[in-house]
Amino acid sequence: MVEVNIKDKLALDTFKPAKESHLKLNQELCRGCKVRCCLFVCPARVYTMDEQSEIHIEFEACLECGTCLIACPHNAIQWNYPQGGFGVQFRYG
Amino acid sequence: MTKVTSIVVGAGLAGLSAAYSLARDSIDVLVVERGDYPGAKNITGGRMYFLPIRSLFPELWDEAPWERHIVREVLTGVSKCSSLSIEFSNQKYNNKPYHSFTILGSRFNKWFAQKVAEKGARVINKYKVDDLILDNGKVKGIVVGGAQIEADVVIAADGTMSQIAEKAGLRGKREPQDFALGVKEVIALSPQTIEGRFRLKADEGIAQLFVGSLTKGMLGAGFLYTNRDCISLGLVLGIKDLTDCHLNVMPYELLEEFKLRPEIVPLINGGESVEYSAHVLSESGIKGMPKLFGDGILVAGDAAGMAMNMGLTVRGMEFAIASGALAAEAVRMAKKQNDFSAGALSKYQDLLKESFVWKDLNTFRHAPDVLANPRLFGEYPQLACTMMEKLMTVGEEPKKKLSTTISKELRSRLALSLLRDSFRFWRM
Repeated sequence: MVEVNIKDKLALDTFKPAKESHLKLNQELCRGCKVRCCLFVCPARVYTMDEQSEIHIEFEACLECGTCLIACPHNAIQWNYPQGGFGVQFRYG
Repeated sequence: MTKVTSIVVGAGLAGLSAAYSLARDSIDVLVVERGDYPGAKNITGGRMYFLPIRSLFPELWDEAPWERHIVREVLTGVSKCSSLSIEFSNQKYNNKPYHSFTILGSRFNKWFAQKVAEKGARVINKYKVDDLILDNGKVKGIVVGGAQIEADVVIAADGTMSQIAEKAGLRGKREPQDFALGVKEVIALSPQTIEGRFRLKADEGIAQLFVGSLTKGMLGAGFLYTNRDCISLGLVLGIKDLTDCHLNVMPYELLEEFKLRPEIVPLINGGESVEYSAHVLSESGIKGMPKLFGDGILVAGDAAGMAMNMGLTVRGMEFAIASGALAAEAVRMAKKQNDFSAGALSKYQDLLKESFVWKDLNTFRHAPDVLANPRLFGEYPQLACTMMEKLMTVGEEPKKKLSTTISKELRSRLALSLLRDSFRFWRM
């Protein structure tokens, strides 16, 4: 498997991060989740897990694709678009 | 409180098409876009089939920022170390009106929004519609930036992840098997380099689809489209497989592996990656469509699930443009009667049913089931490549008859499935 640093890919895009996260987790549901597919379906690696097995969100890198919301089997993600004028801005699309 | 006749949520192809049609008929329309500019949140594969929408806005198309018209279609099956391509060139695709074009969503919609504004519609950027004004389930307007704007009708054209259709109670939960994730990189190359590498003349382009080991058995495919001065290269992966298979591989790692394949490397060599993007696509066709109308609301384009993989053609952008125009037509008729109830706006669905949008989606309604077949992404491309290898290779051993080689390969367990699946594909 090739090693890819997702940060290099995301650096190609223009991001205008909002102050507040547009993605929120219901950590209680996450703690009971065995699948944790958010960790490997997200194309921007927004979701990571720390040593205490807690899931963290790096919302600033979100490509606003919607995959996590559809994939999450527990409906633990409160998914929204960032507020207007924020988030990723594509130049080619 | 401000009041307008119509509000379009989202300045993508469907929304802009609706707004253009409304403004052309002198109907008051406000387009609300959450990106910095129209197209800032749009991602296309992308190719638009032109003939179905050609007659809608004939005055626009000559100056549209098309990337290249497609003159060659390539289908490639890949195994780990080999590939087999079917290439179809057609001189007719070089005659006007062109059959299909590549476009880039951000470039195209920026231009389209300008045309919409010139027709008299108002387009405001950087505002997300936070909510709908609802009165007993009837849509009465929008809430945006803390203000309320009343409208006779709202057209939800806010994409596959439409929140407006949800807020209006027109669509339910999205299921993983009905959606795919697309990841894409745009790689810049000079027009001359693109034309040299792909054997194209100026303005000509190719579209190439890849199936096989590149998705590691998951439902999905790779795609390559030539644009004017860049290449769109990406993968589409079924979200259910992506979740269930748990291959411990990230989508962008699969994309990188794709980029490193010997079929791709010489095509993008020396090119500069200039954008990385991702979005979900609806894969379920007509079965996955939400309710298309309600009191004071219509749903168009991707927000209405009007996108589909039809096996050899991948459709969506022309559905968006046509459905936007038909939504506008329904609004025009509703305005005449001054009746924006669900009953009056149901005309939109009638118009759709008479159009290619509904007819094509309906004709191919079984395609999602036929295409959700793991053999199409694993065993068959592998079989094709193995068979070609045996037919083409001259080794140290004496060579067997062609018929012996072919029948030996086909006598495998796969033969019966192949027959059955071919029949299903045939009837799709």
